Amino acid sequence: MTTFNLNGRPVSAHSPDDAPLLWVIRDELGLTGTKFGCGIGFCGACTVHVEGRATRSCITPVSAVAGAKVTTIEGLDPAGKHPLQTAWLELQVPQCGYCQSGQIMQAATLLKDYPNPTDRDINAVMAGSVCRCMTYVRIRKAIKLAAARMREE
Amino acid sequence: MVSLSAHGLRSSVEPSRRGFLITMMGAGVMLGYARSSLAAERAGSASELFEPTIWYGIDPSGMVTINIIRAEMGQHVGTSLGRIVAEELEADWNKVKIVTVDSDSKWGTMITGGSWSVWQSFPVLSRAGAAGRVALVEEGARLLGVAPRMCTARDGAVKAGGRSILYGDIVARGDLRRTFTPEQLTSIPIKAPDKRRLIGRDTLALDVPSKVDGKARYGIDAVVEGMVYARPKVPPTRYESKVISIDDSAAKRIPGYLKSLALEDPSGTVPDWVMVFADSFIAANRAADLVKVAWSSGEASSVSERDIQNRAAELIADHNGGSLLVDDPGVDAALASAKHKIERTYTTSTVMHFALEPVNALAFEKDGVFEIHTGNQWQTLILPVLAQALGRSPDKIVLRSYLIGGGFGRRLDGDYAVPAALAAKAIGRPVKMICTRPDDVRFDCPRSPSTQSLRMAWEDGGRVTAMDHHAAAGWPTAVMAPFFMLKGVNGVPYDIFSISGADHWYTVGAQRVRALRNDLAERTFRPGYLRSVGAGWINWALESFMDEAALVAGVDPVEFRLRMLDGAGRNSGSSPSAVGGARRQAAVLARLAQKAGWGKPMPKDVGLGIATTFGQERVMPTWLACAARVRVDRSNGHVAVEKLTIVVDAGTIIHPDSAEAQVEGALLWGLGMALHEGSEFVNGQPKDTNMDTYRLLRMADVPEVEVEFLPSTEAPVGLGEPATTGVAPAIGNAIFNACGARVRHLPIRPEAVLQALAHGA
Repeated sequence: MTTFNLNGRPVSAHSPDDAPLLWVIRDELGLTGTKFGCGIGFCGACTVHVEGRATRSCITPVSAVAGAKVTTIEGLDPAGKHPLQTAWLELQVPQCGYCQSGQIMQAATLLKDYPNPTDRDINAVMAGSVCRCMTYVRIRKAIKLAAARMREE
Repeated sequence: MVSLSAHGLRSSVEPSRRGFLITMMGAGVMLGYARSSLAAERAGSASELFEPTIWYGIDPSGMVTINIIRAEMGQHVGTSLGRIVAEELEADWNKVKIVTVDSDSKWGTMITGGSWSVWQSFPVLSRAGAAGRVALVEEGARLLGVAPRMCTARDGAVKAGGRSILYGDIVARGDLRRTFTPEQLTSIPIKAPDKRRLIGRDTLALDVPSKVDGKARYGIDAVVEGMVYARPKVPPTRYESKVISIDDSAAKRIPGYLKSLALEDPSGTVPDWVMVFADSFIAANRAADLVKVAWSSGEASSVSERDIQNRAAELIADHNGGSLLVDDPGVDAALASAKHKIERTYTTSTVMHFALEPVNALAFEKDGVFEIHTGNQWQTLILPVLAQALGRSPDKIVLRSYLIGGGFGRRLDGDYAVPAALAAKAIGRPVKMICTRPDDVRFDCPRSPSTQSLRMAWEDGGRVTAMDHHAAAGWPTAVMAPFFMLKGVNGVPYDIFSISGADHWYTVGAQRVRALRNDLAERTFRPGYLRSVGAGWINWALESFMDEAALVAGVDPVEFRLRMLDGAGRNSGSSPSAVGGARRQAAVLARLAQKAGWGKPMPKDVGLGIATTFGQERVMPTWLACAARVRVDRSNGHVAVEKLTIVVDAGTIIHPDSAEAQVEGALLWGLGMALHEGSEFVNGQPKDTNMDTYRLLRMADVPEVEVEFLPSTEAPVGLGEPATTGVAPAIGNAIFNACGARVRHLPIRPEAVLQALAHGA
């Protein structure tokens, strides 16, 4: 059994210690906003925050987050109104939407590290997040919009 | 030229034989078309007509619920279709909601593909909305005590002078029982374009909010009480593999592992698949890795990409086979006698879908009905297959609709529902089947590799006198939906989706277009529809060839094309969706040349290339012209695409923001397939089964993108796929213009550029 904190609540997982965090979150704990894409950490759809750092949950054993704070898209903002989520909505970023939880979670850590990200910063940090619908143009715009608003706050 | 009216692309939803019914149902009013059979056979018996197919309903609170039969997979299609209804209904958009329906036969053909959704639905849904407005105005007028001609409808209310009554109140207090005959329906006027209030204006798409907070539900998120999980073991060849033995001794140490079974599939969709069951996906996934299955494999286990392409070349070399779409007299004579001519061959590699949500399905039996919970693009195609697989009648099977985590044509083939259904039947419990990424790729229906040969002849001065185009590939329609095949002028069936583009709008004198079905490809894998299908590889060849021919003829490539886009004869266009014909293609090309700065000097090793296409099928052309600006590194052959510019004429644009998003996405798909994507079959299996070796476009690969729509009030056509079609040839032509290297294979690898540079030098 592994205990950790998920979106501010203590949880216990009964899956084996080496079970991928992704499937523990989705199937055992019932939060399905985090997605399965490649299973090898190459697409970013499964991105969550572990202690505030973007982490590929599909290749993270649940035992590795014992005692840690894990945040999923459902817990990024209590009202679902993180500046990135607002920008995503305003600029109508998602198409199929399947990768977007991971994109937003990755972008959230990008903005912590680079409050005023350049295109190169965005290219580098978002490189691991695939969007098969190719919404990249809008993702870039939305990151910049959210960054500008967060700097104003 | 083959008439595509016989194609039936539009027939499933044409209202021509259907009456329109408005009926009180419960507390609300429903509006919809009668089933065509009922309308046709029992038109005289009004009481029996009250069994409408329901397109939308209005409840006493005034809420309009619009039923959407198309899959939501990123196009925001529900929003666009809802806007079409609401426009003519004069509904209050804030009181509209959309519902994606399940696979009931009452909906008619359910397909989301071909970039057809808006094109097919616009005439139907516009009239459905208008008929509702007429009925509401009549009844509203009665309730207000005025003549209907004194009333107007606006924002969900009927107004007369200073008084008004809300739609919801009309539904609550009135007696709405209006029937429209098909003739009345077709004569209901649709708004003039300048009177529209919703169409052509932006709104926030209704499916987007749930996609930013994790609440959106895809097939992979479906759950039902008591379900078990399953992961397949996919056989070594798609066809003819036979299970020899299953050894699950190692899997038995995985906690939660249940069992492994070979599926028996009367439909032949997933022959000799083995399903590994467990009480969690974690366990099913691990157990599947440990279960050892021995198969005897089929003939395809010795077939590789080169064999498939060699077969294509063989088919092209044989002048007797294939289907002729166009077969003008005099092609051979003109080519034989011409002073100026060229011949070129172009090829493309296998391309995989890699939709981000791996295919999956939840299946279970409930009250005698098999329920399949999954996202699907062509419910009507897979239902009979499921019926055959399960030994049930199709009306005892229902597909529940979910959001799709990327379609791109993969889910036009609903084959993934079959193993889930068979598994649930076999163990008598609900089964959630999830494919891992490698399972998904090995089970994919890829874009077939293709080989094409083109010839052209022209006179002094560049006037083209003959053109000959032969294209060979695996045909998805032949395998999946043979009833959708068309007949060539020589009586041989062909797959329109594997040849569209070759029947172009250029006036080229005597023309021949021959479509060849690569039988070896079809025996090796299941060819699939992939974003724009054949138009993706046909235009790669055609538009690269146009630049090559222009160069040899000594004419500017834009000028060369414009001369042939003269709108003469069969290229003059046709109503309703191709009005204006080639002249509209010329217009987008001319605008693009101006916008992209065609003819201006470029820095060293930088080139601008252009291409123009009509999107997909001739009956519903989306006219476009695309420019790519590239920089070539001569030392290593690396191609950097700096900018993509596209000008599109897609007729009336319903929802501009979604239209732009679709064009952006399609352009970048085109870029991905031009430079990065592409795999190959090795011994019957795709070589690249995950993203570590299959290169998808990522953030840093994205160039500057500029999209322009030409204003138009013509019929709305397609937007999801067309913009993929011009990118690769624009890039190929740009590479040539940058450095003189001509590439003729997709994807364009740096080695090919280096090789072409060496050749050119």
